[in-house]
Amino acid sequence: MSQTNIIPEFVSRRSFIELDGRRRAQSLFDEGTWKELVGPFDRMESPWLPLQGVAPQFDDGCIVIKGKIGGMPAVAIALEGAFQGGSIGEVSGAKMTAALDLAAKDSEAGKRTAAILLLETGGVRLQEANLGLAAVAEVISSVLALRPYAPVITLIAGTVGCFGGMSLAAGVSSYVVMTREARLGLNGPEVIEQESGINEFDSSDRALIWAIHGGEQRVAMGLADALVEDDAKNVKATILGYVQADLRPVYRSQQVEIYRDRIAALDTSEQIDPKSLRQKWNNETTGGLR
Amino acid sequence: MEKIDFDYPTAKRRITKKAHVGVVGSGDMEVLMEPAQGKGAHVSITTSVNGFRDLWKAVFDRFFSKFDGAVHIQINDAGATPGSVLLRLEQAVEVINQ
Repeated sequence: MSQTNIIPEFVSRRSFIELDGRRRAQSLFDEGTWKELVGPFDRMESPWLPLQGVAPQFDDGCIVIKGKIGGMPAVAIALEGAFQGGSIGEVSGAKMTAALDLAAKDSEAGKRTAAILLLETGGVRLQEANLGLAAVAEVISSVLALRPYAPVITLIAGTVGCFGGMSLAAGVSSYVVMTREARLGLNGPEVIEQESGINEFDSSDRALIWAIHGGEQRVAMGLADALVEDDAKNVKATILGYVQADLRPVYRSQQVEIYRDRIAALDTSEQIDPKSLRQKWNNETTGGLR
Repeated sequence: MEKIDFDYPTAKRRITKKAHVGVVGSGDMEVLMEPAQGKGAHVSITTSVNGFRDLWKAVFDRFFSKFDGAVHIQINDAGATPGSVLLRLEQAVEVINQ
């Protein structure tokens, strides 16, 4: 056996999580086909952060890259998790919305342009309060406008995860791709503990957090579509598959009745554990989506 | 938050490329390095940590003792240490020298 064969794959792979937001977005495109829109040299910074004594970022933590994936037009919009927790503010929200709207315009005109949202975010940027909330509403309506014409793919790689208002954007997207390290939820563990007490959710219990919010559980519950290894090559191939995929006849977010019934059917007299929830929600699916 | 500016009029070598490196994450910073508009180099820093003007000056004095490019440097800083600052600057220089 040669030396290369005994080196396991997880050693030789190129981690996707270790890339910053910009490199993550770039890595999804066909080589030499992409360009960045409204990049750092355009200096579209948040006007609100310096007023509150916080250093801004030249791209406001939102990276927009347009190019081709598998020869098809696509736009990737990445939130940089290291800057202000990937939070969405006035400028980053406007960049995301404008990119989605341009993709919708092209798609409507017959040039199907898929959008990939790389969400590493705690949600609305608290320093920009209402403007951030408005941005979330705009992003969601732009996703809904694009979705009938081209796939909107949310990719949550970790390790920040996707929480708060932006988890709603993930919820309305056509497909959700996660890694085992990623987390997805409306309220983060610390918020749940703060609001409902440590008996409800112990935010220091990492095993518990990943058993509830983690990528593996979310995929197994049918709330996300694909679980990928933290490997740039695998992530790229998975995204390519969804960029080329057919549009969904029905979306998760349209299946209000199914999810209402599922929640109503839960027996809360005893503690529900993540494993039984997987079995209940995934196996009983009738017309539901994986 | 504090804004700090420095001029290095003796750095006159013409630069043609531009670079952006780094992220404004905790203990890190981002830098834009572009050809200067006027003569000599200019540095403009926005940092969320106040009171370190002298340290920034020392870091850039050292940087421009070895680098002579007429660049406009703009920095957004979230508490990078002098070591990280120099590393980010060297990264940017690597890009404009490519």
